[in-house]
This record gives sequence, structure tokens and C-alpha cells, in this order.
Amino acid sequence: MPILNHLWIILALPLAGSAVNGLFGKNWSKSAVNSVAIGSVSLAFLSVAELVREFSHLAADQIPYVGNYFTWMTAGTFRVDFALQVDQLTVVMLLTVSFVGMLIHIYSTGYMAHEGGYYRFFSYLNLFMFFMLTLVLAANLIVMFVGWEGVGLCSYLLIGFWFLKKSAADAGKKAFITTRIGDFGFTVGILLIFAVFQSVDFTTIFKSVAATPISEGVLTTICILLFTGAIGKSAQLPLYVWLPDAMEGPTPVSALIHAATMVTAGVYMVARMNPLFSRAPVAMLIVAIVGAITAFYSATIGLTQTDIKKVLAYSTVSQLGYMFLACGVGAYAAGIFHLMTHAFFKGLLFLCAGSVIHAMGGEQDMMKMGGLRKKIPITYWTMLIATLAIAGIPGFAGFFSKDEILEAAQSGPHANLVLWLLGVVGALLTSFYMFRLVFLTFFGKPRYDEHHVHVHESPFNMTVPLMILAFLSIFGGWFAAPKLIGGIDHFEKFLDPVFSMYAPATAVVSVRVVDPNLLPPGYSAPTPGMDLLHALTGWPVIVGILGLLVAWWFYVKSPDTPKRLAKSLHGLYTLIFHKYYVDEIYAALIVRPLLWISTNVLWHVVDERVIDGTVNGVAAAARESGGELRKIQSGNMRSYAAWVIIGAVGFAVLLFAVLGMR
Amino acid sequence: MNVPVSYYLVLSAILFGLGVVAFVFKRNVITVFMSIELMLNAVNLAFVAFARARNQLDGLVFVFFVIVVAAAEAAVGLAIVIMLSRNRESLNVERVDQLKF
Repeated sequence: MPILNHLWIILALPLAGSAVNGLFGKNWSKSAVNSVAIGSVSLAFLSVAELVREFSHLAADQIPYVGNYFTWMTAGTFRVDFALQVDQLTVVMLLTVSFVGMLIHIYSTGYMAHEGGYYRFFSYLNLFMFFMLTLVLAANLIVMFVGWEGVGLCSYLLIGFWFLKKSAADAGKKAFITTRIGDFGFTVGILLIFAVFQSVDFTTIFKSVAATPISEGVLTTICILLFTGAIGKSAQLPLYVWLPDAMEGPTPVSALIHAATMVTAGVYMVARMNPLFSRAPVAMLIVAIVGAITAFYSATIGLTQTDIKKVLAYSTVSQLGYMFLACGVGAYAAGIFHLMTHAFFKGLLFLCAGSVIHAMGGEQDMMKMGGLRKKIPITYWTMLIATLAIAGIPGFAGFFSKDEILEAAQSGPHANLVLWLLGVVGALLTSFYMFRLVFLTFFGKPRYDEHHVHVHESPFNMTVPLMILAFLSIFGGWFAAPKLIGGIDHFEKFLDPVFSMYAPATAVVSVRVVDPNLLPPGYSAPTPGMDLLHALTGWPVIVGILGLLVAWWFYVKSPDTPKRLAKSLHGLYTLIFHKYYVDEIYAALIVRPLLWISTNVLWHVVDERVIDGTVNGVAAAARESGGELRKIQSGNMRSYAAWVIIGAVGFAVLLFAVLGMR
Repeated sequence: MNVPVSYYLVLSAILFGLGVVAFVFKRNVITVFMSIELMLNAVNLAFVAFARARNQLDGLVFVFFVIVVAAAEAAVGLAIVIMLSRNRESLNVERVDQLKF
């Protein structure tokens, strides 16, 4: 069990890669930097693969496997160990993160080939891998928090990678500050957990909450605070505003951090803390509502964006909403399933977008593309596969995961038809804006200057990751396929121990139960054939195809329809095109008042008057009193003598007074 | 005849007090100088009186030290006085007040 006994190796590899590239990479050739960066990440992926092999030999009672390395800090009863743990959820996340991460590292060698700061980029990227793996391997909340903040730091560094560009530097700051608001809630939640459970260790917390009932109000507060952290990190309403701006970063960064891995950390955290959430129905409902509204809301914004990366950014926010919807209705496994398939197809979509941008020489506006289908065929086909996957067309990965989420929202133990409806309409919009993106980019006549833009397919190191991810975007969801013909969902079955071990009765969707007599209320026994038919003709599929057809009508058949529609619905169109003016509202309500208070109160009054006033006042007092007191130094010897005599007499009087009192 | 030690001490205190008053009120630098000698010798007197009263040599040793210091001081001090009288053509201490703020 070489890796299982030394879990830290998985973390040490990317950290070492980051350190080596960051410290020495400046003067190295690109191939040397590549070998270090890709080597460390690939070795990390191989370690994860070996870990999975070893993990499969563990007995059920050995899971979660905890590796405790040293006591990090102790203060009274507060004790934090540097401990890492492996269970089924960790395994899924580790595989997703390390594999997608590795592919995106390879892709980056092509995409970033002509950029300055090459070594810096890969150093940051490796550092991100280190923190992300820390986050998913953590065995307690504090170590998880280290990873949580670390990925936020790397996100900041990489969004602002082109820091000479003001918009990029601003976007980095916006991302960092906005997530920080959520992190505040997360921190308070961790403190509250320690106050209630006297521990920050996952297993201890879960055992304790399963053994002794805790007031629901306290649990709800804890869960809402934790979810606040997830809202910030995973870009949900109302803190989603940083994610679209984060597209200022290089495209591989958008794919890795702002689509596949970091932004899903919130979903992972909620799923990880499922024993707490499952006992706080109010918090669950809030998670589901926020998720469903975000899924619908940001899908509407995606309809009107013309920047190819912005569409994908709003799409990511929307898909993250689906994951939270799944967690909120108790279908954690479906949420994690969608997390994984989303990592494949959304990572792929971003990488394809990067490939398109690369081909167009930096152009990101879809209105200046068109007709690229024949010129960059590999990008076209892989992007089409990813689009079919995200639209939920049967057979592709997104179909299985999205179907499970909507099914849980429709008929699970926490079913809620309003939320389901939001999810279905969101799915329709998703399908529409994604095919709009594909049709605008790859179909129709070229809308760019063909004499100046030399469109070319990307090099091998970019297209091979695309093809691998396209493969996963199709087959990555087939773990769930047997369910449709009366079998079991292997993915849910694999994750089931994590979500049922400490779960309260009937809170979690468990499809493992095939015996009809043991089904929880609200479930009907699966019937082979009927399920398949049901899934293939369900609303998610219908709206997916409907979205495709509408997009085809709008952007291929009669391309002037969108313009006429925008004209007739001018008010609505302008509102959505300007993203509901949320940035402007936040600026007016929060940013500008804060700036005003900071300038006029904190700066001009508190800083200049109070703090500077105190410091300067002390200095002035010393100077003034010194100026007066120095006149004692008259230079006249006899006055000095007089002072000495006065002092001596005074001292003598004092001495006698003290002695006299004895 | 045995004179009590307090007599010596009173004499010493009077001499010391005279020295202090002279030091503060006299203007001639030579007189100021002499008043310092007066104070030093008042202290010497007290030392000798105690040494005799207690039959110990410690006080006498101190007196020797004081005399040595007084001699050195006289040597340096007179040199300063000569320089002063050359430069300022005056021995008035009130006119020597350059070392001030």
C-alpha cells in the first residue's frame, strides 16, 4: 500500500513542481518547464490511480481511511492534525481533478506557447493542483480551509496573469474579494462547528451528529454559514459576479479553475458535510432554491452574450446551480455525478473555445466568427460533442447526470415541483444558448476578414486533450446507464457509503435498493424498459432537443430572426444583455458607498485625523515640552549647582519622610 | 578629653553649608573653586571623625582618595581658569554660559 500509507506524496508532487518552476524556471527553456510541470502533475495522477487500486482492496470498515501526519496546532481542547483521508467521494474528486488537471496542463503547453511568463504560469498551475488536491484530501475542516483559500489565491494569481492589463488585474481582485465575503461565512461556520462538536475532524463531527441529536436551529445556522462559503466559491446568487469577469484569465485557467475544479469546491464541501445538511431541512431547502434560481437566472444571461467565453462562464454558473439543486434535494450523488461530467464537458468546452480563440488570433466575439466548421474540424467535432453533452442529449454524459438531478427534484424525498420547473426551463435555455454558440461560431458565412485572419487548427498538444475529454464527455456518464434498463447506477452505488453512513433515515436518494418492499415512500419499483422509455421521453430530453431546434432556426435557417426578436422585445433584451445590471446595482449599493465611507470617513477622518493625529500629537507634545524644558540648560554653572542642591535637599526630605513614617 | 563625634559632624555640616552657599552666590571663579575645596574638606572631616570614632581605617582611606581627586581637580581647574582669564579677560562665572541650548 505504498500510496495509501503515504498520501502526502500526491500533494508533494505538484507542490515540488510549482516550487522548482517558480524558483528556477525563469531562465529555463520551455521544454524544461514543461517537463517539470507536466511531469509532476502526471506523476500525481499516476499516484492517484495507484491509490484507487489500493483503495479498492480496503474493507468497508476501513473507509474512510485517514492518514494522520502530525499535530498542526493545539490550544486547549482545540486540536488540528495535518490529516488526509480517502473515501469514495475523495476518490471521485481526486480522479477528476488530477486527470482533467493533467490534460489541461498538456493543453496549456500549446496555448501558452507564445506568452511571456511561461514558467510563472505553470508554477501557479501546479500550485493550484496542490491546493485543490489538499482540499479534496483533507480529513478536517481546517486542512480543507487551507486548500479552499489556496485555490482562491491561485485563482487570483491566474485571473490576473496578464496583470499589466487593468481589466485582468481588476477581475482578479473582484474574484478574491467576492469569494472572501463567502469565506467569512465559511470561517464562522467552522468556528460554530467547533463550538458545538468540540472538533473540526470530519469523522468525529459526523459520528457525534449521528449519535446525539442537536437542536435543528444550530444545525441550520451552521449549514447556512457553510453554504455561504460555497456560494462565494461556487459563484451562486448573489455572489456569482466574479466568475464572468474571471474570464480575463488565460483560457486553460478558465477551463481548469473556473469550470472543472475550483468552482465545484462548494458542491464538494456541501456533499462532504452531508450528515449535517441532511439534518437541517431548512438549510437544504435554501441550498436547493439558490441552486435552482441560479441555474435558471444565469442561463437567461447566457442567451444574449456574444463573447464566447462569457457564454461559457454563465453556463458554468448555471450548471453549478444544478449541482446545488441536486444537493439541496438530497441527491448528493447526482450532484457529484454532475460535478464530474461537468468537469469533462465544460472543461472541454473551454478548451475548445480556447482553440477557437487561438485559431482566430485572439478574437473572442462570436459575432466576428462563423463558418469555422471546415477550417478547424477537430475543434468543431469535439465542441459539438461537449455541447450535446451539456444539452442533455441522450447517450452523452450530461444526459445521465442532469436527468438524475431533475428526477430527484421531481420525485425524490425532497421533491419540489417549482424547483424542478426552474431546472427544466434552465435546461431548455442551456440547450439553446449552447447551440447558439456552436451555430454562430462554426456555421453560416465567415463574418471576419478572411484576408487578415489566418484560421488554423491547433497543434497536437492542444487537440489530443480535446479528443480525450470528448471521449469522456460521451462515456463519462455511462456508469449510470444500467439504471435505465432496470440495473443499478454504479456511480451512486459507489458513492452510497459516503452519503448513507451517517444519514438520517429517508433523507438521501438511494437507488441501491432494488427490492420493491424496501423502497422508501414515494418511489416506484424500477421496471426495465419503462425506465428507458421514461428517461428518453422525459422533459429534460425534450427541452434539450427543443433548444437545439430553436437555436438552429434562429441562427442557421433564418439568421435575421434574433435581431427582429431583440427589437420587438427591446426592453427585456437590453435588460438581459446588460446582465440585469447586477454589476451596476452592486456598484451603486455596495461598492460606491463603501468607497465613499473608505475615502471620507476611514481615510480622511479615521486615518488622517485619529491615527495620524495621535502619532503626530505625541510627537508634537514631545517636541513642545522639550522646547520648553531645554531652557533649564542655561549654561550657567551656578544654576546647575542650584538644581543639584534642590534635588539633594528634596531627596533628603523624602528620605527622612519615609524613614519617619516607619 | 574625648570630643563626641557629633561635634565634628556639626562642624563638618557648617563648613559644607558655607561651601554650598559660596558656590552658588560667589561670582569670582577662583572663589567658587575654593568653595568646592571647602566642601570636599568638610566631607574629609566627617570621614576622619567617623574613622576615629569607630576605630577603623576605611574612612581614612577614603580621605586619601578625596585629597588625590581634589589635587587633580585643582590642577585641571586652575588650567581652565587661566585659559578663561586669557580669553575673556574676566573671572566672572556668569559670563561663562556658552554651553547651553
